[in-house]
Amino acid sequence: MKDFAQLIKKLDSTNKTNEKVSALTAYFQNANDDDKLWTIAILSHRRPKRPVNTTLLRLWATEISGIPLWLFEESYHIVGDLAETIALILPASEEHSKKSLSQFVSEIIELRTLSEEEKKKYLHDNWLALNYFERFVFNKILTGSFRIGVSQKLMTRALSKATGIDEDILAYKLMGDWTPENTTYKKLILEHNEEDYLSKPYPFYLAYAVEDKFQEDLGPISDWSFEHKWDGIRSQVIIRNDEVFVWSRGEELVTDKYPEFQEFLKVIPNGTVLDGEILPFGEGEIGNFNALQTRIGRKNISKALLKKTPVILNAYDILEWEGKDIRQKPFIERRQILDELIQNIDSSEFGIYLSETMNFETWEEAAAERDLSREKRSEGLMLKRKDSPYLVGRKKGDWWKWKIDPFTIDAVLTYAMRGHGRRANLYTDYTFGLWNDGELVTFAKAYSGLTDAEFRQVDAWIKKNTLERFGPVRSVTPHHVFEIGFEGIAESSRHKSGIATRFPRILRWRKDKPIEEANTLSDLKALIPK
Amino acid sequence: MKQPLLVFNDKGIYCEQANVYIDAWRPVDKCIITHGHADHSRWGHKQYITHKNNVPIIKHRLGEISVTGKDWNETFTINSVTFSLHPAGHIIASSQVRVEYKGEVWVFTGDFKTEDDGLAEVYQPVKCHTFITECTFGLPAFKWTPQEEVFRDINNWWATNKEEGKTSILFGYSLGKAQRLLKHLDTSIGKIYTHGAVENMTEVVRPYYDLPPTTLITRDTSKEEIKGNIVVAPPSAHGSTWIRRFVPYVTASASGWMTFRGARRRRAIDRGFVLSDHADWDGLLSAIDATGCEKIITTHGYTDIFSRYLREELGYDARTEKTQYEEENSETEKKIDNED
Repeated sequence: MKDFAQLIKKLDSTNKTNEKVSALTAYFQNANDDDKLWTIAILSHRRPKRPVNTTLLRLWATEISGIPLWLFEESYHIVGDLAETIALILPASEEHSKKSLSQFVSEIIELRTLSEEEKKKYLHDNWLALNYFERFVFNKILTGSFRIGVSQKLMTRALSKATGIDEDILAYKLMGDWTPENTTYKKLILEHNEEDYLSKPYPFYLAYAVEDKFQEDLGPISDWSFEHKWDGIRSQVIIRNDEVFVWSRGEELVTDKYPEFQEFLKVIPNGTVLDGEILPFGEGEIGNFNALQTRIGRKNISKALLKKTPVILNAYDILEWEGKDIRQKPFIERRQILDELIQNIDSSEFGIYLSETMNFETWEEAAAERDLSREKRSEGLMLKRKDSPYLVGRKKGDWWKWKIDPFTIDAVLTYAMRGHGRRANLYTDYTFGLWNDGELVTFAKAYSGLTDAEFRQVDAWIKKNTLERFGPVRSVTPHHVFEIGFEGIAESSRHKSGIATRFPRILRWRKDKPIEEANTLSDLKALIPK
Repeated sequence: MKQPLLVFNDKGIYCEQANVYIDAWRPVDKCIITHGHADHSRWGHKQYITHKNNVPIIKHRLGEISVTGKDWNETFTINSVTFSLHPAGHIIASSQVRVEYKGEVWVFTGDFKTEDDGLAEVYQPVKCHTFITECTFGLPAFKWTPQEEVFRDINNWWATNKEEGKTSILFGYSLGKAQRLLKHLDTSIGKIYTHGAVENMTEVVRPYYDLPPTTLITRDTSKEEIKGNIVVAPPSAHGSTWIRRFVPYVTASASGWMTFRGARRRRAIDRGFVLSDHADWDGLLSAIDATGCEKIITTHGYTDIFSRYLREELGYDARTEKTQYEEENSETEKKIDNED
């Protein structure tokens, strides 16, 4: 545990990618196989299941510390991280544990089967046998995701350096639903085993947003293929060995949520992997993303729900065909295969559509198509280089998003909540209101879009202008107006304002505007597409 | 009802009987000043009273003012109210103010810490009936490590950076924290360089406090000369163009806020040392206990939480008063550092 805690401390105490990679590489070169495997698992968000609920963790930590529970809760609101709060309030200790990471993890897995008394004793003993930082790492494994600024990409790079295995191959090996309990370091990383690959998706290729004056940088427009960009769930659909697997971009296996895709077995041959967007599709047209929320959240997909919120796959790429990885083929060749495949399927019967590609002679023509996006309910255009292979991860150059400008509205800051992680103890999560009959009605929450300096300014202002406190939330004097941007808008009975907005974020701080000049709820309603 | 000895009005903490303010935030006729930080010693009072070692500090900051310097424990009486200053241990020449009238004693801490930092005059508990206290770090999450350990870490950090051919840049407020850092840096590792704001303030206090030699960084200071050495600078220098000349360098901040991982990460500082000039949770509680007080007023910091704890768990008559001292979590640089 000491080495792993040291690693986390090093990763946590630098912002420099090179230093993170070299710390991880050194760790991978020295750790034993079990520790390596668990490190990879933890850094790719494959924690063991939580053995103790957080209510009990809080209770036991306060018992040892001798502080009342309410004081723990207040401290937690301010620290902004449960594992960190527990590590801080426990009595100070300078102990080091001699147990390895994998030993701790297997104990934590074992812990689930023990009685409450035994759990309590285990935590008590181990908390007090660890120093502050080891205790924090231990709590992190117990409670939550390890967000320490190490992306999967960065970890893969370090692992590649330590093992000499190509990064892209490693990225592929690390995909899917493996856990350290059903594999070994040797099997996962070093060996090649066909069976393991059956359900594995390919790493997704991710697009960047276009930059200023991108038209000049992208070369001749004839090099580019265009598509509308729809707002859905990015997914890979795998058909292998008479089975269908559906993966979301977050590397989550979501096959069970989309039972309708089982139908693909009838029309798509084994050895096919498609990349596309899952879209809500009612009454013969693409619906609002809101409709999808009901599908994402449900554990059990009932027949009624399937009928109420049907979905389709809008396919835009093919990564595997006839059992072969074809990601290196140029985009247009892959598209030819895809087009031929999908065109021979009855889309409305099987729920699989083709994302239509477009070519333009001039950027003006492309821009004119982009202007139609809102009408067509798309988010804008995608640009894909015709001769490009399908790359791994977010790499600049071949795929670009050219989104339409967001909707905007000027709203008043009404509530604020403390942020988490690097924004812990700063009021950075805001609620905004619009005027309605002389009152401010909450319509959206946003917590991004300001610079760190602006957040500090607003934070200081909030602390001096608090009206009421509700735990971590404060209501503030209505005074500041912010321009809020969002991607989509729809009516919603779940929201107080009757409106749901998609991806609301702060565009700028309208210091020039008095609150009287902020927009009204009816201004917002007027933005709903007819 | 009897008028309280000290009240909180829109100008500051006020003693009506003596017509004197303490650490007023608006201009007043007569003001007792606890210490030299900008939120406690403001501009515009007609007459200042403070510890004698604080006189040059506030003169440096506020220019020519009318100020009287006092010794520790020296009493002075204004209209039958007896005042005296007692070490608060917060920074050099920082005081608590004791106020006594007709046998009733109130103490205002200003900012304070209980640990001996080897430089500031050590905090002395003062018996009182009503204790007005800061609680900047009034949460059980704050527990300071003894400063020997923190400085061992800081000096090790410096030595490691030097081995790697990097310059160490350490941030701390130019008054107080900077001198505390200077005092405990291990000059066998290398030379100490200073930012102008730190150098100026250090020069002001050198006659009263024993501090190691420092070298002011000027336009002519070459990169080669600084390499491997340590630079002490105010936090406002972080991210400035001034700092770029030191490449390759590593930054660190020394502050109580470094307890939180988030605080260090959001400021993109390489290393955070938990070193504070305020009392931690245990420090606050032991200080309160030592005063033998019955009533407590919390002024700045986690005031509501801390006073609730005092009321509900310890049975004190505790409440909060609103002041304009650095509230709760002021991470913005105190004005003093921007003056240079």
